[in-house]
Amino acid sequence: MAAPTPEDSSSTHVEKKSKQKLSKRYWEETKNTDQKKPEEEPSKDVQNQSEATVKERSLKRKKGESDQPVKEDPFPGQAPIPTERLQKFRRGEKHKAPAGAGRKLKEAIVFSESVSELAQKQAARYDLLLPEDAGFLEGDEGEDTSTISQDDIADAVDITSGSKYFNLHLSQFGPYRLDYSRNGRHLLLGGRKGHVACIDWQSKDLMCEMNVMETVNDVKWLHTEAMFAVAQKKWLYIYDSKGVELHCVKKFNDVLKMQFLPYHFLLATASATGFLQYLDVSVGKEVAAINTKLGRLDVMAQNPYNAVVHLGHPNGTVSLWSPNQREPLVKMLCHRGAVRSLTVDKTGMHMVTSGLDRKLKVYDIRAFKPLHSCFLPAGASCLSLSQKGLLSAATGDVVQVYKNACGSSTLSKPYMAHRLRGQVCGLAYCPFEDVLGIGHDQGFTSMIVPGAGEPNFDALDTNPYRSFKQRQEWEVKALLEKVQPELIGLDPGQLGKVDHASFEQRHKERVEALGFDPLAKEKFKPVKKKKGRSSAGSVEKRKRKVAHEDQRDIIRQSVQEKMDRQKELEEKSKEKRDLGMKTTLDRFRK
Amino acid sequence: MKVKVLCRNPDDYVRETTRDIQKVPRNYDPTLHPFEVPREYTRALNATKLERVFAKPFVASLDGHRDGISCIVKHSKSLSTVLSGACDGEVKVWNLPKRECMRTVQAHEGFVRGMCSRFCGTSFFTVGDDKTIKQWNMEAPGYGVREEPINTILGKAVFTGIDHHHREGTFATCGQTVDIWDEQRSSPIRSFSWGVDSFSSVRYNPVEVIMQLRSNTLCWNPMEAYYFTCANEDYNLYTYDIRHLDVPVTVHMDHVSAVLDVDYSPTGREFVSASFDKTVRIFQKDKGHSREVYHTKRMQHVISVRWSADNKYIMSGSDEMNIRLWKANASEKLGLLSTREKAAANYNKKLIEKFQHHPQVRRIARHRHLPRDVLKQKREQREMKEARRRKEQNVRKHSKPGSVPLLTEKEKHVVAVVE
Repeated sequence: MAAPTPEDSSSTHVEKKSKQKLSKRYWEETKNTDQKKPEEEPSKDVQNQSEATVKERSLKRKKGESDQPVKEDPFPGQAPIPTERLQKFRRGEKHKAPAGAGRKLKEAIVFSESVSELAQKQAARYDLLLPEDAGFLEGDEGEDTSTISQDDIADAVDITSGSKYFNLHLSQFGPYRLDYSRNGRHLLLGGRKGHVACIDWQSKDLMCEMNVMETVNDVKWLHTEAMFAVAQKKWLYIYDSKGVELHCVKKFNDVLKMQFLPYHFLLATASATGFLQYLDVSVGKEVAAINTKLGRLDVMAQNPYNAVVHLGHPNGTVSLWSPNQREPLVKMLCHRGAVRSLTVDKTGMHMVTSGLDRKLKVYDIRAFKPLHSCFLPAGASCLSLSQKGLLSAATGDVVQVYKNACGSSTLSKPYMAHRLRGQVCGLAYCPFEDVLGIGHDQGFTSMIVPGAGEPNFDALDTNPYRSFKQRQEWEVKALLEKVQPELIGLDPGQLGKVDHASFEQRHKERVEALGFDPLAKEKFKPVKKKKGRSSAGSVEKRKRKVAHEDQRDIIRQSVQEKMDRQKELEEKSKEKRDLGMKTTLDRFRK
Repeated sequence: MKVKVLCRNPDDYVRETTRDIQKVPRNYDPTLHPFEVPREYTRALNATKLERVFAKPFVASLDGHRDGISCIVKHSKSLSTVLSGACDGEVKVWNLPKRECMRTVQAHEGFVRGMCSRFCGTSFFTVGDDKTIKQWNMEAPGYGVREEPINTILGKAVFTGIDHHHREGTFATCGQTVDIWDEQRSSPIRSFSWGVDSFSSVRYNPVEVIMQLRSNTLCWNPMEAYYFTCANEDYNLYTYDIRHLDVPVTVHMDHVSAVLDVDYSPTGREFVSASFDKTVRIFQKDKGHSREVYHTKRMQHVISVRWSADNKYIMSGSDEMNIRLWKANASEKLGLLSTREKAAANYNKKLIEKFQHHPQVRRIARHRHLPRDVLKQKREQREMKEARRRKEQNVRKHSKPGSVPLLTEKEKHVVAVVE
């Protein structure tokens, strides 16, 4: 190929441009489209570039390489995904078409399975793009991480992280209960003697502070940082984030502990009189009031995976409740003494309980089996599980954090420990942060626990950095998606399964719904005939005819059933005989 | 010791200026998104309800004819033109976007029995009660020039239907016999007849050159050229495969009176049918029941119906001199949608499809308001059907097993196959 003449370059102007897309600048294109003058300049550039490539090509040819080498992809196909990552996104077992399925059903199942696989793979690939990594704490050779103090950690990390360890000395108003909002931004403190405060704990910005002049048993944020609920001595109060009292719910009396179910907008409360009540905070109605008949309800936890409420009782049992049933879904005997505290992890697999018998037990909640138990010299009064699976147990004025509590082996020595000034009353991990909040006699302490928080949040679900507009939009969407309380059960994915309700159950439901039994045969009413054909005798004859007919049907059915049963028995005995010992005399047996 | 504490830089998560869009980092970990199925179910329920809320299919009514409309024909090249023939011999050419009549032609004395437009879009043919076939220019004549047909052919008997070939210059008419004409000749090149019945409708298959005739009207599936659907007087529509004409492929039952006209959508997946019971129904090609029913108090017996070539609109012409324009998807938003709107609409549609079998969702999605007469008729017909079924069951119960054969719904409607 000879060096291109100016005419060549101008004639094949467009072609050359498309070959050298890489070096074309964005302003060159506008120049071309706007004016007539720069015909020369770009063509000159093009000429230079084309000359360069010509040189390259001639070099290549000298070396003996082909003009356009066909390079083979050394890693053909799609990039492989590590199996553990893919396992994280797996949703249940693959479905197979049932045996007698038609073509359409088989095709539909195959198609939906392939689409689901693709979605899981895409989600697994996206994992590569997550910006943050989890925290960690590793001791030097021979150093026990539980001996590292909070001050050391605060000195070793940067200023912002160091400021996450702080103490609030509030010794006047009694032991403090606390709650972090769902996105980990706001902290709510409630002292026993009536002090209630909500702050943005990272900027130490005080949102509201007041004294309600009554005993405060528990405090809980509602769906956003705009409202919170306080369980006071007699009734349940709902306040605005500015401290304005919005509601005093008198139906909810003597509330000791509260849990908020975020996707159902339900506030579950456990009272001293043994009542478990659910309040729908979006509509303001009481959804269910269940008399548990199990005494004073002091220990409460929620399973974030299926929104089931766990209650611990003084006889060592743990009961699981849903607002749809008067009876507990499950009752488990966990401890020999009273249950002091319990917590469930976010996947809904493990439950950790501690009791007065100084034992700490880990259970598999899906199979209701104990996994392992360990002995604590002083039983844990408060328990909390972080998003990453770190367990914190508070005994007296010491808080200990364990790693891999729900793993395969029993708890070994603690990961971290911290001693506080007063007796611990409340324990909560801050979501999406490596921080554990502790409420005690003398106020509040925020403790740094590296590796506790989930590093990457999903902004469409909970966003700690959301603006006011984003919060409004999120609130509307969340309210539209509010799950009805009828769907709370042990298995949250039950709607996706085929309903194998038995015929009897469905028939019973239909009878209830309609008020009468649609399948019940109506009594035969003979038609009244005219011209004297409807005398008593002939009417009776007609009735008897129908009755005989029905009887014949019944007899036929029962005979059929009897034959079927006999056949089954024969087949069974035949099978047994085939499997049993064969003797030489068997040949004479029929 | 080695320590790292989770510390986020707010600059990475908060937008720089108010003119930027918000930053939305995602994490698809399923443990961060519990209650997938119940939340999706709630969204599906909301989507179904909103679909019913936004289901407003009526778009416009074209007024102007002075007698009932007997046929509607689409312009073969333009989406915005439609021609309609009335029972007083008038033919009107309408401009759909402006909803006005562009041109009126007094084509025949008596009914305009059939119309068809030529494939090039420059002319159209009409047949009427005065035994003539006339070819007209699609463009209006100049000022002061009288409206004259390009060509007039006189026939011996009344023609009842006409259709033009999709590529060549031939057309077919039906009446006493089925005739195939060449545009240049004034007598038919071929003539067919089967028995003594007169024929009511004729249609060219868009792919092959085969014609069929039917009870009321027939329409070929534009995508699967071997299927055609015919509208019958016994309130049903039958889809046949021309390769196996003995049993219909599907029986579509939902009308409560004679079905007068049927037209396929350009995608070939759905068709619309017009019936004497003052309703227009949309069926899917393989389902036995309609997915949608359109009716108005003002719309009386619907004589003809057409699906527009852009798959969005349905035109129905009825007895009370009005042509109505409807949306094919009742809850669709017309006009240009932004990407987010399109994505949301697609998501809602998929959700409804995914949860269509759940009883609550199905109940809302199926619910349609029907005029009282139609509802009463439906109930009556259902009772009659039940009675017939019970009688058949009793007969079978009390007769020798095997003497009364079990027929499927499709087989029941076939009387005989004539070779």
